[in-house]
Formats: sequence, structure tokens, C-alpha cells
Amino acid sequence: MEGVLFVRVNGTAKMFKKVLIANRGEIAVRVIRACRDLGISPVAVYSEVDRTALHVLMADQAYCIGPAAATESYLNMEKVLDAARKSGAEAIHPGYGFLSENAQFAGACADAGIKFIGPSAAAMQKMGFKTTAREQMQRAAVPIVPGTLRGITPEQAASEAARIGYPVMLKAAAGGGGKGMRLVEREQDLQSALATASSEAKRAFGNGEVYLEKAIINPRHIEIQVLADEHGNVVSLGERDCSIQRRHQKVVEESPSPVVNDDMRRRMGEAAVRVAKAAEYTNAGTIEFLVDEQRNFYFLEMNTRLQVEHPVTEAVTGLDLVQLQLQIAAGDRLPFRQEDIALGGHAIECRIYAEDTENNFLPSPGKISNLTVPEGPGIRHDSGMYQGWTVPLDYDPLLAKLIVFGGDRKQSIDRLRRALDEYYVGGIKTNLPLFRRIVQDKNFVAGDVDTGYLGRMLAEHGLRSSTDNHQVAMLAAALFQLQTEQSHKEVVGPGDYGKGRWKRASRTEALS
Amino acid sequence: MIYDIQVDGRLHRVKLDRSENGYQCELDGQTFEIDAAFIGRDFLSVRMGGKSYRVRREQLAGANFVWVGTERFAVDVSDPRSLRGKRSLRGPSDGPISLVAPMPGKIVRVLVSENTSIEAGQGIVVVEAMKMQNEVKSPKSGRVRKMAAKEGASVNAGDVLATVE
Repeated sequence: MEGVLFVRVNGTAKMFKKVLIANRGEIAVRVIRACRDLGISPVAVYSEVDRTALHVLMADQAYCIGPAAATESYLNMEKVLDAARKSGAEAIHPGYGFLSENAQFAGACADAGIKFIGPSAAAMQKMGFKTTAREQMQRAAVPIVPGTLRGITPEQAASEAARIGYPVMLKAAAGGGGKGMRLVEREQDLQSALATASSEAKRAFGNGEVYLEKAIINPRHIEIQVLADEHGNVVSLGERDCSIQRRHQKVVEESPSPVVNDDMRRRMGEAAVRVAKAAEYTNAGTIEFLVDEQRNFYFLEMNTRLQVEHPVTEAVTGLDLVQLQLQIAAGDRLPFRQEDIALGGHAIECRIYAEDTENNFLPSPGKISNLTVPEGPGIRHDSGMYQGWTVPLDYDPLLAKLIVFGGDRKQSIDRLRRALDEYYVGGIKTNLPLFRRIVQDKNFVAGDVDTGYLGRMLAEHGLRSSTDNHQVAMLAAALFQLQTEQSHKEVVGPGDYGKGRWKRASRTEALS
Repeated sequence: MIYDIQVDGRLHRVKLDRSENGYQCELDGQTFEIDAAFIGRDFLSVRMGGKSYRVRREQLAGANFVWVGTERFAVDVSDPRSLRGKRSLRGPSDGPISLVAPMPGKIVRVLVSENTSIEAGQGIVVVEAMKMQNEVKSPKSGRVRKMAAKEGASVNAGDVLATVE
């Protein structure tokens, strides 16, 4: 893939010889590749249902850490640390999800003398509690959504809401994932909303503290990638626009954002660096902002790990973020300064999920009978799947990421359209039809999207596209049938053939 | 060979004959010359009317599909001379129906027991996969004749969960 700034780093610090990857799926494969590029021996861990997962096949060593349930395997700190000790790994890369933002685990690694590839436990904790983070951001002169800095009483809620104006949002201080969150449009709904948000937060997080902020309706979600070494140097690496979401889950990300100009990028980058410095942050991190229609940006939260969508930043900077994570963790200084970072081109990522788009996006695990992956100019495919592999039903449905890169946004979209036409996953259902619809949509092509875009588009248009290949489908169905019958005649006797037909017929009967 | 083919719910009759360069096909009164090359059991290259198509066959949850490029069609092929061919044309709503698992997963809850009367749209069984729960509903009112689903059991897509009559 083309890049802009190619940095070949000859680190001065002593690089790890062996690194354990405490994750699975495409991200484990991604980290294994970065290890290989640096001459590091990768060690995999896996649950009982992941014995034949791609990351296990690609690693130098692999340790089974328990049953399918994540709480008994990938989330089990003691088992992961045990595998690290047995293998002799000097460091652990947590990927994203699972233990990646668990301060207790980062602390346990430090206690065990194993380097956690990420920020310190203290930095994670600083960013974890939302009201604490908001207070720190205000001190660091980072714009936050107008509202309260602390939890509120019912009396404070009424006066604060009146001061900033409706609609307002109530959020759990210890929160995340939409729990303890309420949108309040009118004053008469405030007190009951506060009571339910608080009790929901108490149940979910053991802490009922709720704060109030101005509701930003249909914002864009734009985030800034930062890298910080362990010597006090912090750089920002441009933005990613992640506004295309389904039920608060990102599905398409791009860099640069269609609405961010050089001045706004510089201001957002400087704010992000201030956030990282205020938290005494190290390694790779992401600062998420909400952007309103007037292009004001407000700090939302910091993700203290590598993001799923990091490849779009890699495409427009020419950097290998995972390699840099490993070098930073080994004690290297950042090999470039802020002014060395040059962004070029345009990249888009699609998250390929095992989901049935025709059936309310239900998960669709199962055996991948056939797989054709797009290739050619400007295409990158980061994947945890292969033909013949059975996608287990126990984990997140992310199968792979398709990343396209072009000289500008138009070329990226054209390449994405072409890549999606080449892509075929048989045996399970995927959300590929969703992306094929998005790349045809005029609002997406115009860059006119916000976090409510996908919901509106699906409600208005749906995914059914017009079909003019009915005749080809029918004739091909007849040809497949003829071929099957002929091959049966060749390889099995007439008796067997009859039995097979009966068996098939009875099975079809049972299903119809 | 003659086949009755149902594509996305519509029934058509296709007649296939070997020709010099491939197949001569009759479909809904029209005649087509097609050239077909099999790349695998489920992968076919078709040339027809000056165009080239990549066609794949897929079996999923007990149903058959044909993909033409990125378009998917639900197909059901039957031989008009066979018993099953005739029977499959029977109306879908009469007689008992089977409720099947929409996806592979685990049964987390069975909501009704055998011999219970149910309404159309009523939830029967809850299946969970990839941290998502899905309620299987009955498409018609009636009585649960058989409940095959057991809480905690694993199921595949297409497995019969219950029979409603």
C-alpha cells in the first residue's frame, strides 16, 4: 500500500525477543505480523473453541487458557500471565477489547515483571471515571461538552439544565455502553429520567453518580490518534471520522474526515496531545471528540488502547502503529517529531461482521465454505478468517477489516466499490450488503454523514437493491442441479443415489 | 433435462439441452445459448448474451442460494416428474409448521411448553449467539404440538425447535 512518510526505525533500546498476544481474531493476527516484522517470536493464547483459529496457526507457540466463555479464558488474568511465564514472553500485547483497558491487569503484569504494551495502570484509571476525566480536561483547556463537572443532586439538575438549555443528556460517571444514559428533551421529564439513570448506573457499575451535559444532536464522531513514548514525547497522527455507526457500533471509518480542514486538525491534534500529557499517558491512544454542526469539537473520552480502525491512520501516515507500540514499550524514543508527520491520500475501513443483514443483523456464526478476498491497488485486508474455518458463536462477530487507500476520497470510494464487488464469503452471512449499499448512497459519497446517518438511511431505503440477474440465477441453478445429478451417477450406485434423494427430501420436508 | 425452479418465491420451468458450445436453455418461452464452465462444485462461470457472470452456489440453514456476482437469490430446484417436486408446490400455510433456529447458537430460554395454545407472533424460544439474543416467534396461531428445544442445548441454523399446528 502506498504511504507518505515511511519510517524505518532502528531502535536503540533492547527489543523484546518474545511477546505474548492476549487476544484472538484479526487483531491477534495483526500483532503477530508486527512481531514478525521486528524479529520477535509471537506467542498465542486460545480458548478450547479456538484451537484452529488463524492466530493459533500463525504463532510460534500457543497455549490453551480455558473454555470458550471469555471470562474463563481471554479475560482470565491469571491464566494469561501463567502462559506468559511458561513461554518466557517478556511482554504482553492486549489487542483491543478483553483485558486491553483493564488497569488491574496492567498492574498485575508490572508486578509479574512482564511489560504490558500500553499505558500504565495509573494513566488508565485517570481516564476511566468520566467526571474525573472531564475535570482534568477542563484544567488542561480541552473543550468539553458544556455541563457539570461532578455528579448532581435533583435540585442542581434543574438549575443546570435551565442554564445550558434543553435538550440535555444524563450520563453515568462510572459509565459506558449506554447504561445509565438518558436524553431529556423537556423540563417535566428531568426528575424521573435522573432517578432511572441513577438507579441503572448503580446496578450496572455499583455507582449511581450521574452528571449532566448539553445534548448534541446527531454529531459527528471524530477521533485523534496519539502516540506517546516513555520519555515525555507525544505526537498526534491526524483524525479518523467514525460517524457511520449502527446502534453505537462503528462500521465505517475514514481518514481524513470530509469536514476537518488543516486549522481544525491542528487544533484538535493540540487538544489531544494536551489530554495525553494531562493523563501522563504512554503508548498508543485515541481521544474521541463529538463535533457539532458548527464544527465545534468537544472531548468525549479517551480509549487507552490500539483501536480497531488504526489501519486508516497507518494508510495516510505511512506508519506501522503496532510496530511503534512495541518499540515504545521497549523503551525507544519516538523516531519523529510532530512537524515530521505528513498526511497524504485518503483511506476508508469497513468492518466485516458475521451478521445477517436481511434478518435484523442477527449474528451468523458457522463454517466458511468459500472465501474470495479482494486484491489489487489500494487494498488491505486484515482478517482472522480462512476458508474451511468455523466461526465460533462465543465471541464478537468481527471477521475482518477491508481497508482501501487512494490519492483522494473519490479514488478511495471507487476502489472500495470495486473491492466490495470482488469480495465473497460463503457459508455464513456477512454485512457486505450493507457496505455495497453505503457506497451507492449519495449522502455518503458527498461526505454528508453523522452518527444518525446509517439509521436514517436504513429506515428510508433498506438494503434490497434492484435485481436484473434473475434469469442467470435460474439457469445457473438448473446447471448446478444437473452437475450434481451427473456427479452422483458417476460416483455412487443407483441404490445409494435413491437413498440420498430420500434423505434429502425428508430433510427438506422437515424444514418447509 | 427439465427443472421447476423457484427463485425468490416465483416458480419457473427451465429446459436444458447440451449444444455444440454449451447449453441451449428454454426459460419462460425464451431461448438462451449459454456457455458454462465449472470452477468447483459450487463455483460456475457463465457466459450469456455477450456477458460474463461469476455464479456461486451456497447452502445455508437448509436452504439453497445462488449468487450472481454480489446478488443473492433463494432457489429451490425440483424435477417436475418426482413426487417431491409436486408436493413442494403445496401451499405453505396448511398443516403443522416447524419453527427453526435462525442462527447457530445456544437455547437460553424456552418460553412455552408442549400443548400450549399460542398466538401468531408470540415468542416461543430464545436463542443466543455472539452476545446477542433472538426470540423465535410463531408465524401463526395454534397449538405447540412438539417442543424439541431444551434450555442450554446448542443448535445449528435450521434445526427444528418446535412444531406448531
